[in-house]
Amino acid sequence: MRWLSRFGRFWWDFVVGDDWLVAALVVLAIGATAALATTSMAAWWLLPVAVPLILWLSLRRAIRSA
Amino acid sequence: MRTGDVFLFLSAFLASGVEFVEALTIVLAAGLARGWRSSLAGLGAATLALAVITAVLGPALTKIPLNGLRLVVGGLLLVFGLQWLRKAILRASGYKALHDEDAIFAQEMAEASSAEHVERAGVDWYGFTLAFKGVLLEGLEVVFIVLTFGSAQGSIPLAAAGAAAALILVAGVGIAVRAPLARVPENAMKFAVGLMLTTFGVFWSAEGAGADWPGSDAAILGILGWVALCSFLIVRLLRRERRTQLRTAEAQA
Repeated sequence: MRWLSRFGRFWWDFVVGDDWLVAALVVLAIGATAALATTSMAAWWLLPVAVPLILWLSLRRAIRSA
Repeated sequence: MRTGDVFLFLSAFLASGVEFVEALTIVLAAGLARGWRSSLAGLGAATLALAVITAVLGPALTKIPLNGLRLVVGGLLLVFGLQWLRKAILRASGYKALHDEDAIFAQEMAEASSAEHVERAGVDWYGFTLAFKGVLLEGLEVVFIVLTFGSAQGSIPLAAAGAAAALILVAGVGIAVRAPLARVPENAMKFAVGLMLTTFGVFWSAEGAGADWPGSDAAILGILGWVALCSFLIVRLLRRERRTQLRTAEAQA
């Protein structure tokens, strides 16, 4: 059981890293892009707009908790 | 060579280079503190494990439909890229200490020197596991980068060539100097890798989600420029904020 939890912890750290909010917002932004792509509107612009916002939010959180 | 291919090679080279520098520090610390036999045995065992993982995962990835692969890989790269950028920006703006291979090497050496000597199968167990774990963990990231970059861009051999070039360079210099590569501009390299991972992550995940990029592969350059510009602006903003904080703290002291 301890081995399993360490294994899970390793993959969580490897994939999600220091800030889970980044992973959650990336999933949301990709989902929104996919939804937009089903309409007649262009969908490519959404992620380039989302990236600096996600980065800024995550940095503010890191600085606040430091 | 297409824009995407040049970026693929460069990204694999830089990202793998950073991981190899970190792995080299651990192998050197294990070798100098616990003996080269156990350190090199750990290095060899980890390389073998990585080869098996690559041989199993590589062909499996090529069987996944390209759009699905780009969506998942793009999303993962975007998360990785933003994490790298976040750390690089915190370091560049003074909120986090710079990564120092000399300090890490000294710490690894001190821990390795004080650990108990237990010999198994003719090798020192601590030295073996230290080198094995270090190389396996850093190597896993290289395997992930090479396989995901390569399969999403349709050229695993080109990504592998980028990683191999980095390995030859780092191992060559490591063998020549037998010291941690402290002069490698690791923080600048990590910033560059963060920018590239984020760029590929944005490009592939949007494509996988069904978006069409204006200019196709050439859009990669535009995304890179945009992410770099935003990151540098954030660094400037945070640096100014940090300086003001330090000045205020000094004035209060």
